[in-house]
Amino acid sequence: MISPEYTYPEGAAAFPHNGLVGIAGLAPHEIWFLLDEAEQWVELNRNAQKHREVLSGLTIINAFFENSTRTLLSFEIAGKRLGADVVNMAVATSSVKKGETLIDTAMTLNAMRADAIVIRHASSGAVQLIADKVDCPVLNAGDGQHEHPTQALLDALTIRHAKRAFNGLRVTICGDILHSRVARSNILCLTSLGADVRVCAPPALMPADIERMNVQVFHDFDAALTGADVVMMLRLQMERMEGQFIPSPREYRHLYGLSMERLAKAQPDALVMHPGPMNRGIEIESDVADLAGRSQITTQVEMGVAIRMACLDVLTRRGRKAEGWA
Amino acid sequence: MNTHAPLTVTNGRLLLPGGEIVPGAIRSEDGFITAIGPDVTPQPGDLVFEAAGKLVTPGLVDLGVFEIDKPAFHFGGITRAALMPDQNTPLDIPSRVRFAAQSGKPDFWVHPLAGATRELKGEALAEIALMREAGARAVATGRRWIGDSGTMLRLLHYTAMLGLTVIAHAEDGGIVGKAVATSGEMATRLGLPSAPAKAEALAIARDIALAELAGAAIHFRNVTTAAGLDLVRAAKVRGLKVTAGVSPAYFMLSDLAVAQFRTFAHLSPPLRSEDDRKAVIAAVADGTIDVIGSGHDPRGPEDKRLPFADSAPGMAGAETLLPLTLNLVRDGVIPIGRAFDLLAANPARLLGADAGRLAVGAEADIAVVDPDRPWIVDSDKMAASAGNTPFDKQPVQGRVLALFKGGVTVRTKKVRPA
Repeated sequence: MISPEYTYPEGAAAFPHNGLVGIAGLAPHEIWFLLDEAEQWVELNRNAQKHREVLSGLTIINAFFENSTRTLLSFEIAGKRLGADVVNMAVATSSVKKGETLIDTAMTLNAMRADAIVIRHASSGAVQLIADKVDCPVLNAGDGQHEHPTQALLDALTIRHAKRAFNGLRVTICGDILHSRVARSNILCLTSLGADVRVCAPPALMPADIERMNVQVFHDFDAALTGADVVMMLRLQMERMEGQFIPSPREYRHLYGLSMERLAKAQPDALVMHPGPMNRGIEIESDVADLAGRSQITTQVEMGVAIRMACLDVLTRRGRKAEGWA
Repeated sequence: MNTHAPLTVTNGRLLLPGGEIVPGAIRSEDGFITAIGPDVTPQPGDLVFEAAGKLVTPGLVDLGVFEIDKPAFHFGGITRAALMPDQNTPLDIPSRVRFAAQSGKPDFWVHPLAGATRELKGEALAEIALMREAGARAVATGRRWIGDSGTMLRLLHYTAMLGLTVIAHAEDGGIVGKAVATSGEMATRLGLPSAPAKAEALAIARDIALAELAGAAIHFRNVTTAAGLDLVRAAKVRGLKVTAGVSPAYFMLSDLAVAQFRTFAHLSPPLRSEDDRKAVIAAVADGTIDVIGSGHDPRGPEDKRLPFADSAPGMAGAETLLPLTLNLVRDGVIPIGRAFDLLAANPARLLGADAGRLAVGAEADIAVVDPDRPWIVDSDKMAASAGNTPFDKQPVQGRVLALFKGGVTVRTKKVRPA
């Protein structure tokens, strides 16, 4: 176990929230609690036998209104390893395409008496809207350009394993900050834990007044990398861009692609992270992405399952009257 | 032909043009004000309304509403509204304008605004002269800015010739795109598509230049930013025919109101920064703003109970128009006479309607108002066809006790003597 930087109360007071819509609204010790809870699942997942009947008899619905492979799979595995009945609802096969409103879909899911609903949606705020209407815990698996809290938690867990402490840690997040919910959740999570966060993007991909979120703003990637302990690269979200934001991927790579030469500006032991899916040869060169000992990209995926197990476990404790949470 | 008995509202405090308040009575016959002042008394056969010392004002003239919603307008003391052309079938041909112009009678006057371009697409000019014949009192670009400067210039030349004012939406469409919020910390934290507030000043700068070139009168329906207001202020100093309006939301709220993705605060233009909110108040005080309108746009859950960016912009504003404007009076920003200039006299003048003021010969659109009476806005109990107000549960002051359209009773509440 990692030495505790934060203490938290026993039982239900450690996490007094009914759902996980965002990192915003979480206290540092609540984030820390979730990270601690995830450690046991990291251990379990490294065993051959990786099943626990913690959520046995519970139904978890993964309602994904936006395409996803990795996050959906991660949530599905997390639920199944904890013994829950996991159902996936994908947009392509749902009545959302027939004009049903989001609220009606939410009420339908609610009537099916799910014990937790995991939601991804292309519109910012959609998950909060559903969370306000259903009785069970709601987990945000990404809403528009707003938040993706489990991604930030798994990134924090990955960093904690490698760096142990966050205070003063220099984290550079580079890429399409404007369209990135991962960036927003990571900024909230990492600054809350005491890291010094830098964000780097061309002006067109940098949201206004982002410095009000306690980050340093860079447009020059080399300057942003200098002395960094963690380098987090983001994908260009072409599908969310209205109009032209950059002249070409080639030009973007020239200015913001993470190469070995560029990585040398960071600390010698700087971690390389990417939430995936990667565009190799655009925002990150293959040799950097595969750099043994430095690249955390597969570790992030591993931590993702553990974090989602922790979130599903913790958020259903009230409903299943777990000891100390009833 | 008005066959109703003459009306006399007695024992009121009469708000006269110029802002003077005098005790007295007001009498109307055949729909027009025939006498006003301390010496006026009811004649035999008159319908008499005892105002019990309350304020007697002109009925409000609401410039730029999106729906004719009489219960809400009557609640709010509004006797006339200029209807935006953005209807299910847009007001871009004479027959629809003619129909809309009749749609409020007898107890409400609708002044249709002629759509400037066909289907409001901002491309081909609509039949504006024929729509004027059909009852249009002004021309409006609709919810959107006309992006093509050549089209806008031709429109302004044409309306200058016809003597009609163009009511413009002031947001540069290229910058706004699909934005639903003003760029800034709030939009960034919420991850909402946003556009810089300067989109407004850019649109206003171009349209003032084009209006000057054409010698046309232009009215910006909502001017909500310091930079936009500065341009209007400077244009007025130069003597151009430029006027500006605003809705109370923009002097009451900043973009903080959209926190938690509150779609009732999703407006067009979007709510601005706190600095801009203060600039709007200053512009009301110094005369840069000429009109305060509700922008009444009732929207049910099918339009509002959606993710923020997918929801429709707009608020049901008719019921709160008067009390929120009276906030400015209580705060000492403007005297009460000026409040009613903004709410009634100025919009009536812009529409060329002989209303919006208590004067002999004007149409007898009369409200009896208790400017101090407190009440609480409740979106579940609104008179409007939908309760989408960002002021839900907010205490306000100012209530219409009685309303008369053309000297005929629309609604009265029992008035307790003061």
